[in-house]
Amino acid sequence: MITLNINKKTYNIDVDPETPLLWVLRDTVGLVGTKYGCGVAQCGACVVHLNGEAVRSCVTKVSRAVGQKVVTIEGLSEKNDHPLQKAWIELDVPQCGYCQSGQIMSAAVLLRENKNPTDKDIDAAMAGNICRCGTYLRIRKGIQLAADIQRKGI
Amino acid sequence: MPLNSFIMKQHTERYSLPVKTITVLGILISVIVFMSFGFKKESTISNAKNEIVNKDSIESVKAFMDVYKVLISPRCMNCHPSGDVPLQGDDSHLHTMLPQRGKNGKGIYAMKCSNCHQPTNLEGLNKPPGNPNWHLPPANIKMVFQGKTPGQLAKQLINPKTNGNKTLQQLIEHADDGLVKAGWDPGEGRTVPPMSHGEFKKAWTTWIKTGAYAPKP
Repeated sequence: MITLNINKKTYNIDVDPETPLLWVLRDTVGLVGTKYGCGVAQCGACVVHLNGEAVRSCVTKVSRAVGQKVVTIEGLSEKNDHPLQKAWIELDVPQCGYCQSGQIMSAAVLLRENKNPTDKDIDAAMAGNICRCGTYLRIRKGIQLAADIQRKGI
Repeated sequence: MPLNSFIMKQHTERYSLPVKTITVLGILISVIVFMSFGFKKESTISNAKNEIVNKDSIESVKAFMDVYKVLISPRCMNCHPSGDVPLQGDDSHLHTMLPQRGKNGKGIYAMKCSNCHQPTNLEGLNKPPGNPNWHLPPANIKMVFQGKTPGQLAKQLINPKTNGNKTLQQLIEHADDGLVKAGWDPGEGRTVPPMSHGEFKKAWTTWIKTGAYAPKP
């Protein structure tokens, strides 16, 4: 039995410690906002926060999360009102939406560490999140708008 | 010669400025000053090398050529790139997704090394290899292996200013560093360096203990 802290809630779960965190989140806990895209840390759809860092849950064993703080897309904000979520809604960023949880979770780390990201910063931070629908231009605009919302404290 | 002229001649000869002497001394002093700047750069290296007792330049250089083969193999060189993006694979291409070194060598934002590289290797092909301490050298001491000649690399390794401030003893111990040894356990689908870790450690230690000589060039 292992104990996890996910989105500020405690879960006692009976799983093999070698299980990728992604499957524990989706299948055991029922948080399906985090997606499976490749299983080899190449696409970014599975990004969640582990102690604030953007880890790839498809390759992160659940044992690594024991005693740590896990935040998924569901827990990024109390009322879906994180600046990125506001910007994403404002600009209608997603198309199919499959990659977008991972995009937002990666972008959230960028905006936490850099309040005024340049396009180069966005490139560097987001290069590991791919989008088959090609929403990259809107993702970039979304990050810039979110940074603005964050700066203004709206 | 009249007496006055003789006295004047003696006076002039005794008290005239020795121009040639001053000029020669000035040139000698300038040369010594310029040379001392050159020696200052090498003093850190020579101080380090003064710790070595049994110097043997031929044996040292021979050992280093084995060390060099390992250090420029993909398992080592891939994390000692000339740029700020690590290399990847046996062909040392730029790491996909272009993660960047960052200030401390651990990546930046959502592309930090440990975001994908787990504490251990993962089963299966094409998954990130693992180590608890996955990182590049920091931005202020890049420890570049890529593109270096044996001589350049040897000098860089032995100089505390470019080797992360390591003493010779620490350099010797570095052969057993966790991340160094990880090169011989790289995960599925990756080749290991061209000799065993034991052979590498022997060559590394021999190179240092026989004088840490740099091959030419």
